[in-house]
Amino acid sequence: MSQPALLVLEDGRSFSGTSYGATGETFGEAVFTTGMTGYQETLTDPSYHRQIVTQTAPHIGNTGINDEDDESQKIWVAGYVVRDPARVPSNWRATRSLDDQLRAQGIVGISGIDTRALTRHLRERGAMRAGISTEVLDPDALLDKVLQQPPMVGADLASEVTTFEPYVVPAEGEKRFTVVALDLGIKSMTPKRMAERGIEVHVMPATASLDEVLAVNPDGIFMSNGPGDPETTEHPTTLLKQLLEQNKPYFGICFGNQVFGRALGLGTFKLKYGHRGINQPVLDRATGKVEITAQNHGFAVDAPIEETVETPYGAAEVSHVSLNDNVVEGLRLTGKDGRVLAFSVQYHPEAAAGPHDSAYLFDRFVELMEGRA
Amino acid sequence: MPRRTDIESVLVIGSGPIVIGQACEFDYSGTQACRVLKEEGFRVVLVNSNPATIMTDPEFADATYVEPITPEYVEKVIEKERPNALLATLGGQTALNAAIALHDNGVLDKYGVELIGASVDAIQRGENRESFKQIVEKLGAEVARSRICHTIDDVLGAAADLGYPLVVRPSFTMGGVGSGMAYDETDLRRIAGAGLVASPTTEVLIEESILGWKEYELEVMRDKADNVVIICSIENVDPMGVHTGDSVTVAPAMTLTDREYQVMRDLAIGIIREVGVDTGGCNIQFAVNPADGRLIVIEMNPRVSRSSALASKATGFPIAKIAAKVAIGYTLDEIPNDITKQTPASFEPTLDYVVVKVPRFAFEKFPAADATLTTHMKSVGEAMAIGRNYTEALQKALRSLEKPEARFSWAGQPATELEPLLQAIGTPHDGRLRTIMDAIRAGATPEQIFAATKIDPWFVDQLYLIHETALQVAAAPRLTPEVIRLAKRHGFSDLQLAEIRGLAEDVVRGVRQALGIRPVYKTVDTCAAEFAAETPYHYSSYDEETEVAPRTEPAVLILGSGPNRIGQGIEFDYSCVHASMALREAGYCTIMVNCNPETVSTDYDTSDRLYFEPLTCEDVLEIVYAELQAGPVAGVIVQLGGQTPLGLAQRLADAGVPIVGTSPEAIHLAEERGAFGKVLADAALPAPKHGTALSAGEAHGVAEEIGFPVLVRPSYVLGGRGMEIVYSSAELTAALDRLSGGFGSWEHPVLIDRFLDDAVEIDVDGLFDGEELFLGGVMEHIEEAGVHSGDSSCALPPITLGNADIEKIRQSTEAIARGVGVRGLLNVQYALAGDVLYVLEANPRASRTVPFVSKATATPLAKAAARVMLGSSIAGLRAEGMLPAEGDGGTLPTSTPIAVKEAVMPFNRFRTVDGRSVDTVLGPEMRSTGEVMGIDDTFGTAFAKSQAGASQPLPGSGKVFVSVANRDKRHMIFPVKRLADLGFQIYATEGTADVLRRNGVEAVTVRKSSQGPGPNGEPTIVQMVQDGELQLIVNTPIGITQGGSPRLDGYEIRSAAVARNIPCITTVQGLAAAVQGIEAQRAGDIGVRSLQDWVSRIRGV
Repeated sequence: MSQPALLVLEDGRSFSGTSYGATGETFGEAVFTTGMTGYQETLTDPSYHRQIVTQTAPHIGNTGINDEDDESQKIWVAGYVVRDPARVPSNWRATRSLDDQLRAQGIVGISGIDTRALTRHLRERGAMRAGISTEVLDPDALLDKVLQQPPMVGADLASEVTTFEPYVVPAEGEKRFTVVALDLGIKSMTPKRMAERGIEVHVMPATASLDEVLAVNPDGIFMSNGPGDPETTEHPTTLLKQLLEQNKPYFGICFGNQVFGRALGLGTFKLKYGHRGINQPVLDRATGKVEITAQNHGFAVDAPIEETVETPYGAAEVSHVSLNDNVVEGLRLTGKDGRVLAFSVQYHPEAAAGPHDSAYLFDRFVELMEGRA
Repeated sequence: MPRRTDIESVLVIGSGPIVIGQACEFDYSGTQACRVLKEEGFRVVLVNSNPATIMTDPEFADATYVEPITPEYVEKVIEKERPNALLATLGGQTALNAAIALHDNGVLDKYGVELIGASVDAIQRGENRESFKQIVEKLGAEVARSRICHTIDDVLGAAADLGYPLVVRPSFTMGGVGSGMAYDETDLRRIAGAGLVASPTTEVLIEESILGWKEYELEVMRDKADNVVIICSIENVDPMGVHTGDSVTVAPAMTLTDREYQVMRDLAIGIIREVGVDTGGCNIQFAVNPADGRLIVIEMNPRVSRSSALASKATGFPIAKIAAKVAIGYTLDEIPNDITKQTPASFEPTLDYVVVKVPRFAFEKFPAADATLTTHMKSVGEAMAIGRNYTEALQKALRSLEKPEARFSWAGQPATELEPLLQAIGTPHDGRLRTIMDAIRAGATPEQIFAATKIDPWFVDQLYLIHETALQVAAAPRLTPEVIRLAKRHGFSDLQLAEIRGLAEDVVRGVRQALGIRPVYKTVDTCAAEFAAETPYHYSSYDEETEVAPRTEPAVLILGSGPNRIGQGIEFDYSCVHASMALREAGYCTIMVNCNPETVSTDYDTSDRLYFEPLTCEDVLEIVYAELQAGPVAGVIVQLGGQTPLGLAQRLADAGVPIVGTSPEAIHLAEERGAFGKVLADAALPAPKHGTALSAGEAHGVAEEIGFPVLVRPSYVLGGRGMEIVYSSAELTAALDRLSGGFGSWEHPVLIDRFLDDAVEIDVDGLFDGEELFLGGVMEHIEEAGVHSGDSSCALPPITLGNADIEKIRQSTEAIARGVGVRGLLNVQYALAGDVLYVLEANPRASRTVPFVSKATATPLAKAAARVMLGSSIAGLRAEGMLPAEGDGGTLPTSTPIAVKEAVMPFNRFRTVDGRSVDTVLGPEMRSTGEVMGIDDTFGTAFAKSQAGASQPLPGSGKVFVSVANRDKRHMIFPVKRLADLGFQIYATEGTADVLRRNGVEAVTVRKSSQGPGPNGEPTIVQMVQDGELQLIVNTPIGITQGGSPRLDGYEIRSAAVARNIPCITTVQGLAAAVQGIEAQRAGDIGVRSLQDWVSRIRGV
């Protein structure tokens, strides 16, 4: 019943625990997320592709798995680390247990380890490569395998998570706008939030060409969240530059913020251990108001917070910052007349899981397309 | 936006005496608020009648008024101090109600005082059921279907529409006073009738039943820039139907998906905005139908609440402190997070542990009371525990209660009959989780448990997980490291393991420690380790990595007093906090250990380190071990937290822990009857004749020898638990039966003392350093001996004792201190009968009266005691200025004001099973939950203030009913005559009326209840009380007190008085004091004066 499992980090620290979910072996970048609710959304968030996710909340699986809360077609995490998995799920919407779901999708996990110790370690040493195994229980042997894995820096992963075929999410109610959403690892709540606002969303593969995008005659362009290193993601950046030249209203989330930054000529860099949770305070620099946001990013845009940067498309500035560590959380591009042309945020206004404080950004996108922003 | 500059002084209103539903959590929140306001440079004016609070220490405000929290007295304070602003959202419902009254009567306008935090409009929108319902519906959510009613007819009409069962909730009451569940019309008439009376607006809400639904609370915080954050989610293990204060609760919520949680979050934010709480915290409660997720908003509190205190301790986010900061103009992003220092307070704490709170009840004090848990809060305290998972936190919480029957046990055979257990768990009661575990042991299925309790299946499964772990422990061939680790991971104590394995606790501990299995200490850091924590707020867990930092300065561990209970409450926390402050200042690293989330001691700001842990021998030993690894440990203080730490002293000492102050051997000398008798004999001090007995036969022999009446009590208890006065051998038999639970013998001996009728009882707090005695204070009880000192009102300085008496008291106290070997505080109770000063008992520890004495005499007794325990001398402390250079509490200057302490009783919280009040007669078993102090120049005014503070204000005119026992008739004549002279109309039952008339006092004869109404419809006394025709009742009981049994004459009068909240005096001494108070009130306006003023007068500055 309780099969032993081993977690080894690339710096040699190891944790012995019990197998959770599927048995076998898995590798990825070890990260932690601090959300106390929403594990189903977290597991199915494509941004976690190739990552071994540690839940700092000790009890996971209490509400089982239901048919409504998946953020994509499958579980994306490379491995799952929890302290106390539920033995029985309890929720009126639950259709099966998390344990069963992990097994069904072959997700290797480990339970019963000191997740707080692991989190503190990652906080101090930074996110790093790791492996979980129920087969190799010798730490040195597993460490050898971990060290053979590619690091996250330099990883171009959009092509691994994006949709193969374009699809359309119809507007709810009267259709007001057409938007092309480039799928770099999109979560299903994002087109839904747009559809609720009368937007017909054409979700396209990460490799969609300019012609393919323009073929649907979009009122606005959207780029989603997604995994990997933004520095290696050439095509979306090039595409966005072309679209900005055509004055297409743009809204980006997370990876879409980093792509926007790169398109504007800004750099990106890897954070020590990232921002992953649903309690992250962000300051809207224009209004002075604080939003509690859902975040999941290991990279960030490198931009001067107090200055405006002149770009070929207009003036770029930092619209939002993290109150925890001053990391850039949003960018805004304005034209000569002071009108907003495009904007993006590093966090997740679609908020699944997470608070709804930032849902207004979808309204702002609508205003942008209406020419009112 | 920085702090406001347009206000200079702020009036803070506290919450008054500790009562059920409003306990020391408001001392915690108020102390934080005062501290913040002072740091920010405001002049702080405080009103709080409760002397046992930290917030009323003179250093926490610029002007501290220990005066009644009534609109009249607060107005006097406003008139004198002219504050610019009033902060009333941190003093519970008491402060909020006072603020509304001062708004309604125009006082705030008149003096230009701005209400900060929440406006009156917002308070009313939040608390008024109808407007709240509109707000919720506007936000697209639902409240339970309900109707507001103002009369019984309205109520019955509503019932016809909504159907039974129904919930009755009176408006504007705290702790659910007057609320309840009605299953039929009889219930409804009774509960709604009382509710209409309890509500200041004569308003009750009649509501559809959502019994059995899941119950949640969110703690919300808003600043003036409209930033709103959720501090904590709390889930009740006990579903709807049990008041949240009486429920086992868990943080964070355990059984919500994110989708459902976010719906609640959105609503909570919408509600705080719509209600218009501009700044500060509030608490919003929700119910969820487990079958389909239908969500209902139950209510909101537009202020800091008991749950806020719990949420603060559970998350490390100090709600009251931040509420005070946002009230004076800061925004959340401008305030740093105390724990990380690096990140701002504008975030939502995230937990990587589980917090469980369990209530502590005192039904043993009220045997006649109905112990069913309802929507009307009945618990007197709570314990909180933190673990890395639910099972660990739950089992720690249960052992924190210090009730052996509360924790799970696998001793003995499982019950053979399941059905009675399933029946029992269908009704919420104290210890229900234990009963459920017993049912699980007896073979119940999870489905049966859920069907009977509606407790969420996840929580039920966790109980099975604990049970299965116990079975694994039992089945293991031997105690292997794996088995011990597994059990420890689920919170099993060494004692539980010992029980399961049939071993001694010490043996299990020895094996465990030899295997190197010890807890690690994690940190409450608000952020699940995302950022480094600067504040050492620790809890234990059997996990891998410990976070206790090494240190160089010597540590002193202070053991707190655990959950509040009757007899052991905030007074002991006060002493612990003072010790920490004094020793921090003296250069020690102070380490607090406690498990009571309501207290100031468990504020992580109070001590250098905080361990939120159960106060059991095992848990304390592990902390001592962990701290010994971290650096030098100077010692452990067990003397200040009441009986809880004192009871651990010997075992800790045996395990090699250095106990500072009075040694465990000396503690034993005072506690053990024979040994203490020898101390007294050696010093030639008289004590009432006494003896001890281990069996009923022995007890009768002892009683015959010393003569009736005798006082019977168990040893090693606090608060007079089980103590009775018996007048005959038949009564003795009955009393012994109650003590032994029918077994006829006891583990510890029963103490039997000659009871001194008519004696004056005296309470003394002293400090002894081995050489010198510092007499802290001498208190004279107003009630005669026989009323527990905790329930008796008392005066300091003593009002009728002469200097010769005090000199005798000093000599006796010093002799006892020397004989016992006290180093630190000592409390002695004396009875002065005739000219003989009898020693009743001595306790070598901080007493309940230490804060009262400290405030009345302006001397920090507990601080001085902590220093003496660590080796300072009284002479040294005098030189340092901590103690007065000369004299002590026995030689107070004549300018010293009179301070009167009055006890506050919880009788209005309890009903018998048939719905009547429990009896109110005072006896040797303590039943008060709190106290107030009245302080003024004369006894009369001080007493009048104490009564007003205790919500029993003395009337200025009207009708007085008098009915006294024969033995009291002689003493009653003079004070009653005085009342008649003052213009009161006197009513009396026949016998009393005759005596009065013969003494020239006109008295109207009233029919006794047993006589029934007269031929012409003349009402009985009980009807008159119920009709509210009387202003004061004097009723001394005939016969004896029997542990709250209702068989006493006059019971119906007294219980009617409780229901109508009419002052009811049950002793003749109390009557005499009341007369003095009434005279003082009529003599003219009673003034108010701050403690700081009194202090300068005492010191002659």
